[in-house]
Formats: sequence, structure tokens, C-alpha cells
Amino acid sequence: MIELKHLEKRFQIGDQTVHALDDVSLRIEQGEYISVMGPSGSGKSTLMNILGLLDRANSGDYMLDGINAGKLNEAERTRLRSEKIGFVFQSYHLVPRLTARENIELPMMLSGIAGKARKQKVDDVLAKLDLLDRAHHSPNQLSGGQRQRVAIGRAIVMKPSILLADEPTGNLDSKSGEGVTQLLESLNAEGITLMVVTHDSTLGARANRQLNMLDGRIV
Amino acid sequence: MLWRDIVTFIIHVLSRHRFRTLVLWIAIAIGVVAVNLLTALGEGAKFFILEEFNVLGRNTLITLPGKKETSGGMPPLTGESPRPLTLKDANAVSRLSGVRAVAPIVVGQLEASHAGKIRELLTIGTSRDFFSIRQLGVSQGQILPVLDLNKGEAVCVIGNSSRKELFSNKPALGQWIRLGDTRFRVIGVLKQGGTSFGFDMDDVIIIPVSNAQSLFNVEGLFRLFVEVQAYHQLDTIKGNIVELLKERHEGEEDITVISQDAMLSSVQDILETLTIAVAGIASISMLVAGVLIMNMMMITVSQRVKEIGLLKALGATSSSVRLLFLCEAGFIATVASLSGLLLSHVIILLANLYFVEVQFHSPWWAQSGSILLAVFFAVIFAWLPAQRASMLSPVEALQGKQQKEIA
Repeated sequence: MIELKHLEKRFQIGDQTVHALDDVSLRIEQGEYISVMGPSGSGKSTLMNILGLLDRANSGDYMLDGINAGKLNEAERTRLRSEKIGFVFQSYHLVPRLTARENIELPMMLSGIAGKARKQKVDDVLAKLDLLDRAHHSPNQLSGGQRQRVAIGRAIVMKPSILLADEPTGNLDSKSGEGVTQLLESLNAEGITLMVVTHDSTLGARANRQLNMLDGRIV
Repeated sequence: MLWRDIVTFIIHVLSRHRFRTLVLWIAIAIGVVAVNLLTALGEGAKFFILEEFNVLGRNTLITLPGKKETSGGMPPLTGESPRPLTLKDANAVSRLSGVRAVAPIVVGQLEASHAGKIRELLTIGTSRDFFSIRQLGVSQGQILPVLDLNKGEAVCVIGNSSRKELFSNKPALGQWIRLGDTRFRVIGVLKQGGTSFGFDMDDVIIIPVSNAQSLFNVEGLFRLFVEVQAYHQLDTIKGNIVELLKERHEGEEDITVISQDAMLSSVQDILETLTIAVAGIASISMLVAGVLIMNMMMITVSQRVKEIGLLKALGATSSSVRLLFLCEAGFIATVASLSGLLLSHVIILLANLYFVEVQFHSPWWAQSGSILLAVFFAVIFAWLPAQRASMLSPVEALQGKQQKEIA
């Protein structure tokens, strides 16, 4: 469960202060399917970065599953992030020199899980995403849809409670985009909280709950 | 992160960036090879020179005219003294207890001629004991006969090259050589022995000391070699010689007595310093390799900003990002310096096969030192880029921006 109270985030650009988030309060239950929409510069990405523990707010509270995330130091936030949060990016961000399998394995490797335990989990994820025959391909041998599936595999391999997807279909044709969206929705159906940040109103409309942002506020 | 994963990760990175890896590899290996080869050269020279000085044996004392005031270092090779060291002094020294043999030395260059052939030869006037002290043997004939030091005899022993030059392939024994205005009969030819102690013993002519004195018209000796019976008496006898000669020279201490060990140790000190200096100079190449590592790492960090951001988003802490970069530098430095060490061993081995007289070898401190230094420099110089990578903010890094552009 996520709870945001009076969150503020300001950026200094030149001599101008920009309110990326302006008094945002929000409550998200476990297992919700939420879309965040709004024009560029409305604060969507900032909200996602703060929810994803990649960035900190200037003021306000962020409670994640009962933990006050604002009070954690860098190492603690990193750990919490790897345990609770999965990211899906518009441009996949796969490591090009690693195979699909190794890319999925990466978060477990970074958190120091031993090789044997990793193998089983990666196998499960590969089977679930129908990628077993692509496991030893490198990203540049995969189609866009397959790459995004590998990225989703990497996001869920640590069994996070929240999946944050930033324009997950932005770089895909409509057919692969539809496949990726269905995959995300099926994961949501299994209980993971899914938040999709998008410009695409058709994609946004599929969520059970839609947030519209403008000038750092939820409207 | 587990160590095994760190290594796998680094190997992936290094094999992906082959050109960069190769350049770093070569730079570090050259540094290690330079240090090892130059110290091997220094050590080889040291052993070669010490071997040269070693020919006298530990039981030998060298007495020379003139007082050397400062301690340490080499005595003056051509010491001019107001009061010469004479054959009478030599006789007196030979009567001291514990002295086994004395060999007075008078040297100079003289023209030697036989049957119209003329050669400039190093002429050594000495006694029979000289041959045992210098461990010289003859391949033909015999060495100088037993004579009173002040008695002359017109005989000579010649070096092998001298024989070849004056007699070609004809027999030399029993033939006469003219030295200055005196003729000497050849009674022996030295074994081929190479250079030692600055003299090329193949290119000499050895005659009795008193004949040399009259040929050169000198009374004073150039050197007096004294061999003692036992090594433990060396210092006592050294003192006794100084005392005796002081007494004989009207109470003035105007001679210097040195032992081979003393001479060896000062020569050794000089050569040791030289080797270390050479190694130090070679270490500069390591520093250059270190700077190269820093530049390469800086470029890598800029190229891999997105990846670093991703790793951080996926759960890598700042310290593990820094560790990854430091390990990458340390890993390549270790592998490259070990291969550099291997290469220098191969080169030293080949050099030793080729140059038989000088044996090169790289001392253990140069081997371990060069590797430690290479890894140390690599890690130190990678620190700044690694720190920069670890400080990147994941959000900005994922967008491909470096922090300084934002801040």
C-alpha cells in the first residue's frame, strides 16, 4: 500500500523555481491498476521517480507498505527499491552485452542472491513470459516486443509489490504494444500493483483508476 | 554483489570493449616489463662486476701507498705518495705471523718485440706468489720461479693473446722477447682467462718484480697483495701491517690497507643504488599507465552513464557501483601485469641464452613490486572515475545526462 501526504518537489531552473509536484496526496491500495496521464512537464515522471525511490521529495511523507521512505538513507532506499519496485521503461534499458537471461538475472545478481537460487527463478520468469527459446539471445537479436518482455521479466523477477511502467508501449507497434499491455494486465491480475505513465489515452483508459496531472497537481 | 558475479560482470565489460582493454593491457604490461628488464640488467651488471672483483679471494689484503682520508668508496688507483712502498717493506710484511704470501706489483706499458713484431703490452712485475693469489694457471711451461724479491731473472710468463700476436702459431716457450733494453725468455703461457680486476690477463707479460723496477726505473710499488692464512685473522693482520709500515716509515701512517670484502661491499652499495634508481625510473612508466587508466575510465563512465543509472535503479548501491569500477581497473591491472611479468621472464631467459658471460635475473622485490605498483596505480587512478560513476543520480543517468549538467 502506498500513501503520499502533501508531497512537494521543486526544481531550480535558472532563477525560476518549478513546482514539479505541488502538494500531492494520494493513496494506492495493493493490487490497483492506475494510469497517470497529463502533458509533458505536468509532473508525471517526477511522481513516478519518487514512487520508485529514485528521487526524493522536498517535503511531505511517502509511506510504502508501512515504511516511511523519506527517512531512509541511500543504501536503505536502494534495498527497498530492489525488493518492492519493478521498473519498465519506454526504451527497455537492457544491457546490450548480456543475454536475455542475464538481463533478467541482473537485479538478483546486484542484490547478492546466489547462482542456484537465481537459476530457478529466472527459468520460471522465462517460462511465464514465453521467452524460453530466446533466453540466450542478446537484445539486438530480439524484436521490440520481445525486448520489452525481457524488461518486464527483469522488473518482476524480484517479486516486487509495485510495477512502475513509463510509456511501456511507446516504442512498439500496436500489435506488440497490445501484447505487452496484456502481459502487464495479467501480472496485475495476479496481485501486483500496476502504475502506467502514458500519453496514450486509449492505454490510460484501460486502467481501473485514472489520474490526470497538470502543473504538478492531480486534477 | 557476490565476488563471482563481479568478476563475470567485469569480464563481460572488458570483452565487450576489446580495444580499450587491449590498450590498457599493453600500457600496464609495458610498465611491468620495463621495471623487470631494467632491474634484471642492473642486477646482471652487478653480479658481473662483483665476479670480476671476486677473483682475489677473501683472504687477500691489498696494501697501497698513500693514505686515503675518507672511509668507504674506492681507493685512488694511482696514488702518488711521498714515501714509496718498497720491496724491503714487502719483505718485512712477509715475515709477519699469519701471512702466507705476498705479491708486490709494479705495472706499466712497454713495447715488447720478437722477430720484428712489436706490441704494446701491459707489463706486470711481481713474484711467484702472485699466481696463487690471483688464481692464475699456465697452459704451457711454468710460472715465475722462486726468487728473492730483490733478485731479478730474465724470464717472463705471457698471456695467451700476447703469445698469438707475437708468435702466431709458432712455439713460444724458450723464445726471447725484448722488453725495453732487456731480453726475457718465455717460460710459461697463461691459461685463457678473460678480464678481471680491470686487467685483461690475456694481454699481459709478467716478469720478476726487480726486473720491472729497473725497466721502469722506479723504487715504489704500485700495490702489495698480502694473503693471510686464515680469514678470521684478516683484521688483526691488517692492523699489524699498518703498525709495521708506520714504524718503518718514521711513524707516519702513509699507506692504506683494504680487504676485498670492504671493497666489494662499497662497490656492491654503489651498484645496488644504481639498480634501485633504474627501477625507480622504470616505475614512471607505471605512472603513465595509471594516468591512461584514469582517462580510459573517465571515458567509460561517460559512455556508460545509462547503464550505471539502470544498475542503480535495479538495486546497485553507490558503493557497489564504485566497487565495480575499481575492480575493473584492479582486474585488468592484475592480469596485464602478470602477463608483463611472464613476458619479462621470457625475455630474460632468451637474453641469458644469448649472453653467456652475464647472467640477468630480475630480483624478487622488482617482480612483486612491479605488480603491486601496477595494481596500486590502477586502483588509485580509477578512484576518481569510479567515484564519479557512483555519484550519478539514477533518474538523470537513465535519461543519459551527467549530473554536472543538471546541477
